[in-house]
Amino acid sequence: MTDLFDKFQPIIDMRAALLASGVEDPFSLVMERVLSPTVAVCNGRETILLGTYNYMGMTFDPDVIAAGKQALDDFGAGTTGSRVLNGTYAGHRAVEQALCDFYAMDHAMVFSTGYQANLGIISTIAGKGDYIVLDIDSHASIWDGCKMGDAEVVPFKHNDIEAMEKRLKRIPEGAGKLVVLEGVYSMLGDIAPLKEMIAVAKANGAMVLVDEAHSMGFIGPNGRGVAEDQGVLDDVDFVIGTFSKSVGTVGGFCVSNHPKFEIMRLVCRPYVFTASLPPSVVATAATSIRKLMDGADKRAHLWENSRTLHRGLKERGFQLGTETPQSAIIAVIMPDLERGAAMWEALLKEGLYVNLARPPATPANMTLLRCSLCAEHSAEQVQTIIGMFERAGKAVGII
Amino acid sequence: MDRAATAERIAALIAPFNKKGVAITDASTFSGDLEFDSLTVMDFVAAIEDEFDIIISMNQQAEIETWGQLVDAVVKLQG
Repeated sequence: MTDLFDKFQPIIDMRAALLASGVEDPFSLVMERVLSPTVAVCNGRETILLGTYNYMGMTFDPDVIAAGKQALDDFGAGTTGSRVLNGTYAGHRAVEQALCDFYAMDHAMVFSTGYQANLGIISTIAGKGDYIVLDIDSHASIWDGCKMGDAEVVPFKHNDIEAMEKRLKRIPEGAGKLVVLEGVYSMLGDIAPLKEMIAVAKANGAMVLVDEAHSMGFIGPNGRGVAEDQGVLDDVDFVIGTFSKSVGTVGGFCVSNHPKFEIMRLVCRPYVFTASLPPSVVATAATSIRKLMDGADKRAHLWENSRTLHRGLKERGFQLGTETPQSAIIAVIMPDLERGAAMWEALLKEGLYVNLARPPATPANMTLLRCSLCAEHSAEQVQTIIGMFERAGKAVGII
Repeated sequence: MDRAATAERIAALIAPFNKKGVAITDASTFSGDLEFDSLTVMDFVAAIEDEFDIIISMNQQAEIETWGQLVDAVVKLQG
């Protein structure tokens, strides 16, 4: 009998070698208690959270929590059904209306996760004979959506406008075209030149889908994302987003002005063949989204945090993923996985949690310590974080 | 363009990616003999696409494992 697990041996060996060095397992940390959007207890130690994507700190917002509790009381723990059968409650309609209002768009469709939103929309709208042209650094959910559908998949070099244009121009005449881009790329925290890229896509007759998972709530004048910030949101056919970052709960969505968009509810399998979100989750999401519309002060503080951390780490000699702070993600580039894991552990012992990102999830096989800032991090916390990085970096020999 | 001429043009493109100078035959595999990782594949495919002004989609790439299969695919894609 062939052991079907033999194919995983290389990653089993890599993991064993890493743990044999005595380092704490970076991929099985337990948050024993969560005290606030920015502080949790891990291994009995109070830890500053700098790797949660909880950009706007909505997880403990009193209005959000009250809405969730009320929905639990009024509607129960779960829907036990698909959106197209018994799984659409008043709350699901309300959160879709909140999204339409937030983005000023006609249609919103909520999925049970952000992953499913990309999986469902991409695999459904691009069919046999159509072409998907996408950035090579796209998120796994975008790649999996491509793999699940029947379209021809054509990647181009990250953020390379010319490479994208060349590929669009080579597509046979008459074929349907979908360009898939992200506002913020989550590994390095860099943004896309959406204005230029969307103009090229439109000039070549393509529809455009932009994943704004890492920009919702704080980039753009109304927090609608990078496309809004660059003045091209009207040219985006489909915006994909998530509730598991700035919104502070779980779920995914697509918003669109396409006049026929509502048919997606019947033809999109990851939407139809899964249970809908629990009533408490959609109630917290709707409340949070409406509060994010008035989040200008929090947005300003988050940007301040991002700039302070970027400058502080750069001044101390760390190599960062972007020359300037472009989002609320600051990626610190590690020389290799061993020293990356050692640095991650040293930071945890200092009382700081960041994400360790390693190949193959990372571009160019880099090992990264990914920091995501929160609007609820105080200016003092950011200074504390910089001090922790400095001590840990010296101890591990990275700076 | 005939197969030999196409093979010659692709051969000129692969040189910078064939760091160990592996001798290439029609049966040479990209992942095995040439030890191409996914990033190398992407750069190499982009170079071929630009040279011949064609698209080799991911779907088509999945069917190409050897040098011979690549040359055949490029011949076919040129129409």
